[in-house]
Amino acid sequence: MTMIFGVPLAVFLGQLLLGLINGAFYALLSLGLAVIFGLLKIVNFAHGAMYMLGAFATLLGMRYLGINYWTALLLAPLIVGLFGMLLERTMLRRIAHLDHLYGLLLTFGLALIFEGTLVNFFGVSGARYPTPELLQGGFQTGFMFLPKYRAFVLVAAIAVCLFTWYMIERTRLGAYLRAGTENPALMQAFGVNVPLLITLTYGFGVALAAFAGVLAAPLYPVSPTMGSNLLIVVFAVVVIGGMGSILGAVLTGLGMGLIEGLTKVYYPEAANTVIFLVMILVLLLRPAGLFGKEA
Amino acid sequence: MTFIKKSLTAAVALAATAAMATTAQAEISDGEVRIGYLADMSGTYRDLAGPGGLEALRMAVEDFGGNVNGAPIQVFSADDRNSADVGASTVREWIDTRNVDMVAGLVASSVTIAVTRVLEENNSFGIVSASAASSITNEHCTPNHIHWVYDTYPLANGTARAVVEQGGDSWFMLTADYAFGHALEGDVTRVVEEAGGEIIGGVRHPFPTDDFSSYILQAQGSGAKIIGLANAGSDTVNSIMTASQFGVVQAGQQLAGLLVFLNDVYAMGLEDTQGLLLTTGWYWNMDDESREWSERYYERVGRMPTMVQAGIYSSTMHYLQAVEATGSDDPATVREYMMGQEINDFFARNGRLREDGRMVHDMYLAQVKSPAESEHEWDLYEILSTIPAEEAYRPLSESQCKLVQN
Amino acid sequence: MSATQTQTLPPSMKRQRRADMRRNVFYLVLIGIGLVAPFVAYPVFLMKVLCFALFACAFNLLLGYAGLLSFGHAAFLATGGYITGYLLASYPGLTPELGIIAGTLVAVALGAVFGALSIRRQGIYFAMVTLALAQLVFFVYVQSPFTGGEDGLHGVPRGELFGIISLRSNLAMYYFVFAIFLFGFALIQRAVHSPYGQVLKAIRENEPRAISLGYNVDAYKLVAFVLSAGLAGLAGSTKTVVFQLASLTDAHWHMSGEVILMTLLGGVGTLFGPVVGAGIVVSLQHMLAQSPLGNWVGPILGVIFVICVLSFRSGIVGEILKSYRKNFK
Repeated sequence: MTMIFGVPLAVFLGQLLLGLINGAFYALLSLGLAVIFGLLKIVNFAHGAMYMLGAFATLLGMRYLGINYWTALLLAPLIVGLFGMLLERTMLRRIAHLDHLYGLLLTFGLALIFEGTLVNFFGVSGARYPTPELLQGGFQTGFMFLPKYRAFVLVAAIAVCLFTWYMIERTRLGAYLRAGTENPALMQAFGVNVPLLITLTYGFGVALAAFAGVLAAPLYPVSPTMGSNLLIVVFAVVVIGGMGSILGAVLTGLGMGLIEGLTKVYYPEAANTVIFLVMILVLLLRPAGLFGKEA
Repeated sequence: MTFIKKSLTAAVALAATAAMATTAQAEISDGEVRIGYLADMSGTYRDLAGPGGLEALRMAVEDFGGNVNGAPIQVFSADDRNSADVGASTVREWIDTRNVDMVAGLVASSVTIAVTRVLEENNSFGIVSASAASSITNEHCTPNHIHWVYDTYPLANGTARAVVEQGGDSWFMLTADYAFGHALEGDVTRVVEEAGGEIIGGVRHPFPTDDFSSYILQAQGSGAKIIGLANAGSDTVNSIMTASQFGVVQAGQQLAGLLVFLNDVYAMGLEDTQGLLLTTGWYWNMDDESREWSERYYERVGRMPTMVQAGIYSSTMHYLQAVEATGSDDPATVREYMMGQEINDFFARNGRLREDGRMVHDMYLAQVKSPAESEHEWDLYEILSTIPAEEAYRPLSESQCKLVQN
Repeated sequence: MSATQTQTLPPSMKRQRRADMRRNVFYLVLIGIGLVAPFVAYPVFLMKVLCFALFACAFNLLLGYAGLLSFGHAAFLATGGYITGYLLASYPGLTPELGIIAGTLVAVALGAVFGALSIRRQGIYFAMVTLALAQLVFFVYVQSPFTGGEDGLHGVPRGELFGIISLRSNLAMYYFVFAIFLFGFALIQRAVHSPYGQVLKAIRENEPRAISLGYNVDAYKLVAFVLSAGLAGLAGSTKTVVFQLASLTDAHWHMSGEVILMTLLGGVGTLFGPVVGAGIVVSLQHMLAQSPLGNWVGPILGVIFVICVLSFRSGIVGEILKSYRKNFK
C-alpha cells in the first residue's frame, strides 16, 4: 500500500474527501454570513440557529406532513428565509441605526431563544432523518467507500455557492446588492428600495443556512444544538477569509475543511483546534483576513 | 385476670414501640428521610435514567409506605445537565440547606466523581445507579457512596470476552474522551489481551460528537476485525448509524457496543442492531419477578424500564430497609448494615455490597433479537448466559480503593 | 475642618461635597448589607453572585469604558479557575490566597497575549477575534490532562487563609470572597475615575481625535484589556476555591455571552450595573433550576437579551440614573 508520511494513501485521501465535505458546510454558512454582513453590517449570530431550523423543518415536515426530502430541500430554506425576513422587519430594522454590535447581541439572544425552546420539545440527543432512497448506498472509489449521499452534499453545496456567486457578480439584482453595500444612501437616492433589498438579503442569507441544514439532516443527528457549535468554527473561517468577498468565503470554507481533514490524519486531537491556529497566524500576518480589505 | 394480663402486655408492647419509635426518630436527622435525585433530565442520558428513574424512586418510596418508622420520606430532584459543576454545587446546596440524607440517580461518571467528593467532605451519602466508570469504586471510592447497577468492568468482561472467544481478536477502539470512556477502554484492553486478542488502534472522540465519519474511516483503515465502541448514549447510536452509512459491516468488520442500554436499542430499531452482543445488569423480561415489576413501571411511565431505572428502585428499597432496621440515617451505620445483608430482589441476584462500595451481583450476556424473533415492541434481548457475581466485577485483590486493605 | 469654613465654600463645591458625602454613605450602606447578607441568604449562593459580579465588572471595564466588546472573556475566567484549582489541588502546602494570586497572574499574561492580537481590530472584528481566541483556549483545556477535560478538576481544598484561618466554613469563605470583591470593585472604580480612565473614555468617544492629541491609543486599550482579563481571572480563581472545582462550563463561549447579558441588563458603563445584572441573572438561574421551569433558563435569558437590546439599552442602573438626573438635577 502506498504510504504518505506513514499514513496509508486510502485513509489519507478519504480524510481529505470528508474534510472537503465538511468544508462545503463551512462554505455555505460563511457565504450566508458574508452576504448578510455585506449589506446589513451585522454578524448574524443566529446563523447557526437558522441552520438548525432548516434541519428541523425537514425532519418535522417528514414526520407530520409527509414532505419528502427533495421537496424539503426547496421548502425548508423558503420557510426559514421568510421567517428571517420577519425577524429583520420586526427587530433588526429597529436597531439598524445603532452600533452594529447591537445586531450581534440581538441575534445572539434570538439564537438562545430558538435553541432553548426546541431543547424543551425535542431534547438534545437528536433525531435521525433517513437518507433519501435515491442516494442510499455508496460508491467504492478505490480508496474508500463513499456514501452516495455525501457525494451529493458536496456537489449540491458547491453548486449553490457558485449560483450565489453568479447571482451577485453577474445579475442586475446582484449589482444593486453590491452598490447597496458600498453606498446605501446613494442607492436610495437612485430610487432603489433599499429597505426591501435589506430584507431580501437577510432572508436569502438565512435561507442559505437553512439549505445547509437540510443537507445536514440525513448526515448528523437533528438536534437543537447542532448549529451553535458549528457556528463558532464558521466564525473563525470568516475571520480567516475576511469579510471582503463572496468567493473568498467559499474558498476559505472549503480550504479550512481540507486543512481540518488533513489534521485528522496526523493529529486527530487537534482537529477542532487547527482552524483557530490558522486564524491566529492569519491575524498576525494579514489582520484583515485572506480576502478582506484593510478597514 | 386474662383481661389484665392482656392489657398489661398490650401496654408494655405499646410502650416498647413508642420507645423504639422515639429513639429511631431521634436518630433520623430532622425526623425526615430526605432523598435527592440528581440526573440528566434533559440531555443525552435522559432516557436511560432521567424522569423514568425519578418515577422508579417514587415507586420505591410509595411501596415502602411513604415513611420510615414514622419519619416521612421526602423526595426532590434536579437536572445536572451532565455538568460536574452544576451537579456538585446542587448537591452542596442540598447538604447545606436541606440536610439531604441520600443522593440517588447519578448518571454521567464525571458528575458522579465530582459529587462523591462533596459527599465525602460533608459526610453525606450517595447511591450511584447509572454511572459506568469502574473507577468510582476503585481509585475514586469513598466511604460515603456505593455503586449499584453495573460498571465498565463487567461490561468488558462480558461483551469483550465473548466477542474475542467468537474469533474477534483484533480491535479498534472508539472511546469517549472522559472518565467513563477511559475506564471502559482500560477494562476492555485488559480483557481482550487476557483472552488472547489485540488492540491495534483507537481514537478518542470528544463527548458528545455528532460527526463520526472520520473516526469510522480510521477504523476501516485499521483493518481490525472489531470496532469497539467505548462510548454511550447518543454517541453510541451515532457511531452505529455512521458505520452503517459507510458499509462497515458489509465490508466484513463487526461492531461491539460495550455499553448499550435498552432505550438505545429501542431507538435504533432491531433492523440496525440485530445480533449485537451486550452485557446488562438486568433485563425487564428475564423472569416473572422482573416482568411483574416492569409492568407496574410501564403503567406509570409508558416505557419499559432500563437496568438503571430498575436499579434505582432496588437500591432505594435496600437503603430504606437499612434506615428502618438501624433506625438511623447516618451514612456509616447504614452502609455497614447494608454490607451485612444478602441482596436478592427482582433486580439483583446473589448480590453483596463489598467494602469498596461496589454492589456485586449476577450480570448477563445478552444478544439483540432479530425483527423476526421479536414478538412485540419491547421484546428486544435474548439472555445468552449469566456471569456470576463474583466473577463479573473487579476482584478486591486488584483494588486500589483506599477502603480495601491489600 | 470647621463649620464656618464649609459655609464659606462656593456653592458648586458645596454641592460636590454633599454628593461625595451621599456617595460615601451609600457605599457604607452597601458594605453593611454585604456584611449582614450571609446571615439572611445561603452564603454559597451569595459567593456565586459576588464572583460573577466581579467578572461582569471586569468585563464592563472593557465594554463600558473602552468601548471594546469582547466575546471571549470566558477564557480568562476559566484560566484563573484552572490554574488556581490545579495548584491548590497538587500542592497541599499552598495557601488559597497564593493560589488565587497565581491564577490571576496567569490570566493577566493570557490577557496580554489576547490583547496584543486583538486590539488592533475594532467593533465586530474585535468581538470575533476574541471569540475565536477564547475558543482556542477552550480546546486547549479540553485536551490538557491537568484540567481533567470533560471530567473537570475536582477536590480543590479551600485550605487555610494565610495558613491560619480555615475557609471550610461557608461564613469565613464568604467574608474572604467579599473582601476580594471589594478589592476588585475599588480597583475598577479608581481606574475609571483616574486620568487614565478619562483618556480611555475619550478614546471610546472619538478614537481619531485621541490619536491626534498624541495619546498612544493601543497602549491605553491594551492596559484596559489586561486589567479586565486579570480581574476576570481573579473572579474565576475565587470561584474555584469556593466551589472546590473548575470545569469546562466556565470556558465555554456561552459563558462569554452570559457576562455580556449581565452587563447589558444592569447597565453598560455604570459602576453598579454589572453587579445588579449579575445578581439578577444568577438568582434567576438559581431559582429556575429548582423549579419546573428549570429547562427554560436558556430561552428566558434569550428573551431578556432581546428586550435589553431592542428597548432597554441603558440597563437597569442606567435607567435609574437617567430618571434620577431628570428628576433631581
